[in-house]
Amino acid sequence: MIASKQKSVLQWVRDGSPWVWLNAGAVTISMLMVLGLLIYIMGKGMVHFWPHDIVDFEYRQDDGAVVRMIGEVHDHEEVTAARLRDLGETPPAGVDVVGRHLIKTGNRDVAGLDFTWVLDYRMGEWHTPHDLVLLERREWGNFYGRVIAITEDGHKIAEGEAAWSELQARLQRSGELFSRIRDIERGDIGAINYELERLRLKQKRLEIDGELDDAAKQLLDAERSSLDAQYQILIVQLESLYAQLNRDSVVMQTASGEERSIALGRIVMAARPNALSLPEKLVFYAKKLWEFVSDEPREANTEGGIFPAIFGTVAMVFLMTLLVTPLGVIAAVYLREYASQGFVTRLVRISVNNLAGVPSIVYGVFGLGFFVYFLGGSIDELFYPESAPAPMFGSPGLLWASLTLALLTLPVVIVATEEGLTRIPKALREGSLALGATKAETLWRVVLPMSSPAIMTGIILAIARAAGEVAPLMLVGVVKLAPTLPLDANYPFMHLERKFMHMGFHIYDVGFQSPNVEAARPLVYATSFLLVLVIGLLNLAAIYIRNRLRENTKALEH
Amino acid sequence: MFDNAAMKRTRRLRAIKDQLARQGIVVGGMVVIVAVMLIFFYLLWEVLPLFRGASMDVVHRQPLPQVHAATRFLSVEEQRDVGFRLDESGRATFIGVRDGRLISEQQLPHAARLQVVARADAASDLLGIGYDDGRILLANQVYRTTYPNDVKTVTGTLEYPYGEEPVALGETAVLALGLRDTSSALTLIAGFADGRLAVQTFSKRTNFMTGAVSLRPAAALQWQGNGHVPQGIWIDADARFAFVLYTEGLIYAYDLESPTKVPQEALLPSGRTITASSMLLGGISLLVGDSSGSISQWFMVRDGDNRYRLSRIRKLKLDSAAIVAIRPEQRRKGFVATDAAGNLALFNTTVERVALKQAMGEGVIQNIAISPRGDGLFWQGANGELSFAEVHNEHGDVSWSALWDKVWYENYDGPQYIWQSSASSNDFEPKYSLMPLSFGTLKAAFYAMLLATPLAICGAIFTAYFMAPALRTFIKPTIELMEALPTVILGFLAGLWLAPLIETTLPGIFSVLLVTPVCIVAAAYAWSRLPRRIRHRVPDGWEPLLLVPVIVLAVMVPLSLSGWMEITFFGGDVRLWLDQEMGIPFDQRNALVVGFAMGFAVIPTIFSIAEDALFAVPKHLTFGSLALGATPWQTLMRVVLPTASPGIFSAVMIGFGRAVGETMIVLMATGNTPIMSGNIFEGLRTLSANIAVELAESEVASTHFRILFLAALVLFLFTFVFNTTAELIRHRLRRKYGSL
Repeated sequence: MIASKQKSVLQWVRDGSPWVWLNAGAVTISMLMVLGLLIYIMGKGMVHFWPHDIVDFEYRQDDGAVVRMIGEVHDHEEVTAARLRDLGETPPAGVDVVGRHLIKTGNRDVAGLDFTWVLDYRMGEWHTPHDLVLLERREWGNFYGRVIAITEDGHKIAEGEAAWSELQARLQRSGELFSRIRDIERGDIGAINYELERLRLKQKRLEIDGELDDAAKQLLDAERSSLDAQYQILIVQLESLYAQLNRDSVVMQTASGEERSIALGRIVMAARPNALSLPEKLVFYAKKLWEFVSDEPREANTEGGIFPAIFGTVAMVFLMTLLVTPLGVIAAVYLREYASQGFVTRLVRISVNNLAGVPSIVYGVFGLGFFVYFLGGSIDELFYPESAPAPMFGSPGLLWASLTLALLTLPVVIVATEEGLTRIPKALREGSLALGATKAETLWRVVLPMSSPAIMTGIILAIARAAGEVAPLMLVGVVKLAPTLPLDANYPFMHLERKFMHMGFHIYDVGFQSPNVEAARPLVYATSFLLVLVIGLLNLAAIYIRNRLRENTKALEH
Repeated sequence: MFDNAAMKRTRRLRAIKDQLARQGIVVGGMVVIVAVMLIFFYLLWEVLPLFRGASMDVVHRQPLPQVHAATRFLSVEEQRDVGFRLDESGRATFIGVRDGRLISEQQLPHAARLQVVARADAASDLLGIGYDDGRILLANQVYRTTYPNDVKTVTGTLEYPYGEEPVALGETAVLALGLRDTSSALTLIAGFADGRLAVQTFSKRTNFMTGAVSLRPAAALQWQGNGHVPQGIWIDADARFAFVLYTEGLIYAYDLESPTKVPQEALLPSGRTITASSMLLGGISLLVGDSSGSISQWFMVRDGDNRYRLSRIRKLKLDSAAIVAIRPEQRRKGFVATDAAGNLALFNTTVERVALKQAMGEGVIQNIAISPRGDGLFWQGANGELSFAEVHNEHGDVSWSALWDKVWYENYDGPQYIWQSSASSNDFEPKYSLMPLSFGTLKAAFYAMLLATPLAICGAIFTAYFMAPALRTFIKPTIELMEALPTVILGFLAGLWLAPLIETTLPGIFSVLLVTPVCIVAAAYAWSRLPRRIRHRVPDGWEPLLLVPVIVLAVMVPLSLSGWMEITFFGGDVRLWLDQEMGIPFDQRNALVVGFAMGFAVIPTIFSIAEDALFAVPKHLTFGSLALGATPWQTLMRVVLPTASPGIFSAVMIGFGRAVGETMIVLMATGNTPIMSGNIFEGLRTLSANIAVELAESEVASTHFRILFLAALVLFLFTFVFNTTAELIRHRLRRKYGSL
């Protein structure tokens, strides 16, 4: 028998190597899926803010006519000719696979659509001329074209290259005017409206209580007329600001040579991406990124930033943490330290554990039925009869959403805290008691401080879970567009009954309910990335704290 | 020296603090735990009213205002304040049903004896009044609500929208009358003593200046019938079919589109006579009450050749005495019926349910009316008393069996499972079958588990048993991090990225699933053939890293060849090929997409628990096995897996529970179509997605609202039972390890 260094195939199969390798493959696939997903989201989300080149090319249409197109290239794919034929296209004979590009042509007000698929074989050569301008507008999406002239009250001020620098300078001015207008409309007039509404409710309340006499009426009327006077002043201011804002316009030329005049008040920003150098592109990128996290959404959430969604998420999670921490810790301390460790306690423990596995939508249903309709409805009846029939707390809002999620994450905190409590060596507890401390003192001075990392882990995991949860929130308080933040300058500053925006729901809503999905998609990727980043960091923090905790308790045991 | 007053005080204070803390924590802890348990009881509390029967409370009884003339018609208006009575002498009275006061009284303009009164539709206030001189008068009950001196007051009058002059359809008494009022025409069918049936159609004309509607005779004809006086004549909602019922158990269905054709005949089982009849709300179904005490529902069912046949759909049983009166509800597919033994019952046809059955003990009730909201009954007993009762029957349109069994809905050709909770019209028949939703839930979970179970368990086996510890400390947290990934992101990617990708590269996707395992084994074999010095550079337990390029290639190559495969094997368009050659419909958002996306979400759950179970298998067992000469694989199969199998099983159960309850992924990655089809290329709707879509829009405390709560309760119980079982299994396993 010849000793072979290598096993035969049969032997190789028999000792299970293929199976081991298949198992290894499963690990690899899972890992690649996770990492691939994260990288994909990151790439898609972060690339969006980079200034894309604007391409200029000729395109032969169905009828043979050649048109010029300009726009950003967004996507590319290969399609089989048969599919194209099903769509009514006529690809040339003999070609099986056809490439096509998705071009963002913008100019929705001119062309009706801002994205088009173009077939590669009909496309002429790409150019990237430096004079192509991207205008980001407050309405109707982006505009691509060339600057022809700048006009002031209809008179031409500058033309050609001079018009470009003039445009930048005047955009600065119109941007400042616009933010002043917004401050007045949102801030000052918003506050007046809020006060007027409060006065109306106050009057109704007095009416209900039967205390509305002439003196009270006069007082209310006086307040009302003073607010009215303030309002009139603001209106005059606004009118003059609007007149100034609409002074300048830019005349633009589209790809087809058509000229359009656009008021500068409608433009957010103008750029020539093709002419930007790398550092300039970086600045552009940083600006866009900052706009994304700090600005309000525009155009049915498909443009602008997501600040209200970030704010809403943070406010909700913060409130939830305030609620869940004491409740979870008290319940865990009770279960571990005070309850007799019998059958019932074990049952309760298992039940609490399993509540973590109950679908989140069930919590949403409970929140809507119990918190919103039952509790909220009762609160309205008892304390806010004046606002009827409009509900105050009897409709979904921030408070109920936080409470629902607190309930949802309660098992997480209880389980983590209990685990921390069990890890504390008995000797420490007994030592404290032997020194004469009461049980409460032992708990407060020894047990809880020592298990605080475990409690922290639980809280962080709870936050991570709450930040990513969407399904229950859809029922108990999240909306696609909240006109006001839950926190503002109007008394009582924190408006717990208000509906709010949420990053997770934003992804669902913009990705699936938006009329212009193609335009919104990059923003959804960016939002997703931000959410993943926050949740990932929170989880890593929890893992880190847990590992530290294990080492610490290990050190105690020896 | 420690026993001075100050110390004593301090000790007492400390003891009090201790007590306070104890009580606070005990109370607080109990409250939290009770609050958590409250979820279950609250859901149950919201659901229970669905299955409670109806009840009625008699509010008021009064003697009849006029004793001389027999009652021909009764009705109650929406607010349940005013009742209406029409007697055979043509006297119309509006009465307060709760106090018996007379509100108004008027005499019909045509002076003749009333024979018969027909209602244009269950929910219509238009009445056709047939006289003994062959004439027919059309009258409308009109109710007005006013607030004189801030007191709500409802008044009623009879108006004559088509004039006070009656229509003549014959010279002898009208003994049976059918009336149907559509938007463009009005149809009357009158039955006379000689068995003749007179049909008269009017077309409607609207005066554009005044908006007033006038009638113009359009077509008139005569049918012979079967020579007897009909028991009832009914016309369906579109005025397409007319049903003439004869006491001897015979039903004629005339087609009004070809009125000269011989009518279809349908027969009741022999020995039964028709004693009452009515049309159900919506004007589709005919209700036939017979002498044996049962009420059958009939409607025109379209057969395979597109012909309509009058078919008996279902039978409801009141008691054994003959049915006397049937009155349909005006908002739901329900009705009230009375029988010759003095019983009264509330039914719902869709769910085949008797919501209430009561022996009234006041003789035969000939005349009865049900209020528009189905919450009041107004009737005249045999003793001549008029009575009004409030009815509590909010959820008569649901039953346990209708939620889970096939139901034959109106306009369908057979019993089916259908979820369709709302529609634009008022006379819509809601279809609350939880079967398509439960099926969709299990289908989505099944395809997700198909992907997740092998990947997660195989991955767990390798990670726990073969992997190098250094790699494991990196791999395990990374895969567990997946669990924290918000599912809304997975759903978004599945719906907007994966679904179009799968649609365009379907052959590629399926080849990836086949090619990848083959490639892994082939690469492994090739590796084992490499010279030792190369192989030894990679220590045991680092195989997953070696496989990275293999798997990347095994995915990329088939995907890039997808177009070629499509052209070569499927004629260039797989969707078309599937649909035409295989007869498999293809939706872009389908179960395959859900399988991938939700599988992805479930992998970390299963992986994490299974890995823990495998890793916790005591090391001396494996060492023992290895020492006896078993290969690592043999040790794994014969020692490790059997020991850890309960843990793996519980991991799969928990994963399944997660897949069942997942909402956002299925909401975004499927078309949310509630269909019962196992086809992997079709969409589905799960219980959870259904709740998310419909709950916010459903009316509080309505049947629909409570059924959605029931869906939530079902989800809750399902996952709770699953998780508890899994948890118990793991507990036992832990004890077993402890003893080993």
